[in-house]
Amino acid sequence: MDLKTEEIGDARIVTVVENRIDAAVAIKFKDRMRELTVDGPKRVVLDLSAVQFIDSSGLGAIVASMKQLGGARVLELAGLSPTVEKVFRLTRMDTVFKLHQNAKAAIAANAG
Amino acid sequence: MTTSATALTLDAPNILLTFPSGEFAVREALTAVLSGLDFLSLDLEESGAVELVLAEVLNNVVEHAYGDETPGWIEVGCAHRPNGLHFLVRDEGRPLPDGVLPIGQRPDISDVVDALPEGGFGWFLIQDLAKDVQYRRHDGLNLLSFRISVGIDHRVN
Repeated sequence: MDLKTEEIGDARIVTVVENRIDAAVAIKFKDRMRELTVDGPKRVVLDLSAVQFIDSSGLGAIVASMKQLGGARVLELAGLSPTVEKVFRLTRMDTVFKLHQNAKAAIAANAG
Repeated sequence: MTTSATALTLDAPNILLTFPSGEFAVREALTAVLSGLDFLSLDLEESGAVELVLAEVLNNVVEHAYGDETPGWIEVGCAHRPNGLHFLVRDEGRPLPDGVLPIGQRPDISDVVDALPEGGFGWFLIQDLAKDVQYRRHDGLNLLSFRISVGIDHRVN
């Protein structure tokens, strides 16, 4: 599961390079997220702009990634395509995560 | 007289494919079905709904009907009709628990992060996005049929 990270200000940006988070990669995604966020800034922004498809396994893995951060840190999401955003909306998970238009907006949101 | 009339069927499917149970085989099947539907020129929302519902159905077969220890085949049929796309999915894995379709309620979203659900969304998404979802166990096979109301020809009726 290909994920890239960079730190900007007080946020760690994790960018998903692959175009699907589905049942085939959900566990790998969750494990990789754990490795990449085991320590570091309080805010983690998951940039999903390359992701064109997510299923319920992928959704569950993103929720698990949020839980792995523990109570003091937060996972925010950026760059949801309409198809991905729909899965969050239908399941009401859009009310759980702070959603940003893109990674740049996520960084700016914090600065402001 | 009881006959096999209880079996769900799909006449003259536009797409019919059989593949081995597995998560990556499901990916390939989804790609094959969507390219088989190219002739309908579905918009992004329509093809997204087809891909999501079919992915949830097929992932259930891979994970629950078969599981890692007893892989088998999965067959997907799809027929374009005036009221949308009719699907029939068949496999010879284990039946659904109690032999009935899950209701597919949306899992409750907790205010507490630790209590958020990580699963249970699959049947909710299927029941929410598909219509006429039906399940039968017949001759050792699971038969699941459903309709997705996309690709509707508005000139009909």
